[in-house]
Amino acid sequence: MTASEWGLAVSVFLACTVEAVEAVTIVLAVGFTRSWRSAFIGVGAALLVLAAVTAALGPALTSLPLDVLRVAVGGLLLVFGLQWLRKAILRASGFKALHDEAALYQEGLRAARAAGGARPGVDGYSFTIAFKGVFLEGLEVVFIVLTFGANQHHTGIAAVAAAVAVVLVVLIGAAVHAPLTRVPENTMKFGVGVMLTSFGMFWGAEGAGAHWPGSDAALLGIIPVTLALAVGLVALLRRGSPSLGAGSTAASDDAMVRA
Amino acid sequence: MRRAEQLARFLWDFVVGDDWRIAVGVVLALAVTAVVAGASVSAWWILPVAVAALLAFSVRRAAPPRR
Repeated sequence: MTASEWGLAVSVFLACTVEAVEAVTIVLAVGFTRSWRSAFIGVGAALLVLAAVTAALGPALTSLPLDVLRVAVGGLLLVFGLQWLRKAILRASGFKALHDEAALYQEGLRAARAAGGARPGVDGYSFTIAFKGVFLEGLEVVFIVLTFGANQHHTGIAAVAAAVAVVLVVLIGAAVHAPLTRVPENTMKFGVGVMLTSFGMFWGAEGAGAHWPGSDAALLGIIPVTLALAVGLVALLRRGSPSLGAGSTAASDDAMVRA
Repeated sequence: MRRAEQLARFLWDFVVGDDWRIAVGVVLALAVTAVVAGASVSAWWILPVAVAALLAFSVRRAAPPRR
C-alpha cells in the first residue's frame, strides 16, 4: 500500500474505533439495566438503516466526476474535520470537559433506571436508545468511509479498516462486559481531527483546481503541519485555561448520544 | 414539514456543528482557491492559510483569554 492508502486506512480505523466505543457504551448501559433483547433489536434495526444509507449514497458518490467529488466531499470533510479538531483542542486545553466513557456509562445506567422497569416484549426505551446510539455513531462511520473511500477510489480499504475497528471493539466489549475506558479516546479524537482536516484540505484544494507540490506526497507535509498547528493552539490556550479539573467529564454536559 | 425541519436540523448539526463560521469560511476559501487556480496562479496554499486562521479564530472565540 502507498503512504496515502496507509493514511486512509489508519484514519478510518481510528475514527471508527472511537465511534464504536461510544456505541458499545450506550448498548451496554441499556442492555445491563433493561433488556438485552430489545437493545439488540435496536442495534439490528440501526445497522439495517445504515446499510440502506450506504447503499443509496455510495454509488451516487462514486458516479460523480472526480473534481466535483473532491471539491464537494473535500469541503464536507474539511468542515467535519475542523469540528472534531476544534473540540479536541478545547478538550486538550481545558476549555471543554474531557470525554470520559466510564462517567457516560454511569450516566446511561442512571437514565435507564430512571425510565422505569423494562416492558415485556420489546422494551421501547432500550430499543430507541440502542437504535439512536448505533445509528448516530454509525452515520459518522459511514460518512468517513464513503468520503475517504470514494475520494481515493479505495472504498474497499476504508470498509475493511472500519470493519476491523468495529469488530475489534465489539469483541472486546463483549469479553469484558464493560465500557472500554482504557481506550485513549481523547487522544484518538485529536488524531482523527488532524487526519480529517488534512485529507479535507488536500482533496478540497485539488477539486478546486489547485495542484499540491509533490502531488500525493504533499500529505506527508500537510499532516504534520496540521498537527503542529493544533498542538500550538492547545499550548496557547492552556495559558488561559479555566482548569476544569480532573473530575470534570463529558458526562455532565453531554447527552448519552453525542457527536 | 416538521420531519423535514428535523432532518434539516439534524444534517446541520451533523455537518456544520457548533460553529457555522467554520463552514462559511471553508466554502469561501474553496471558492477563492477555484478562482485563483482558474487564473493559472498557484493556489494550493490558500486552504492551509484559511484553515489555520479559521481554527485559531474559532477556538479563540470559544475560549476567550483570561483577564
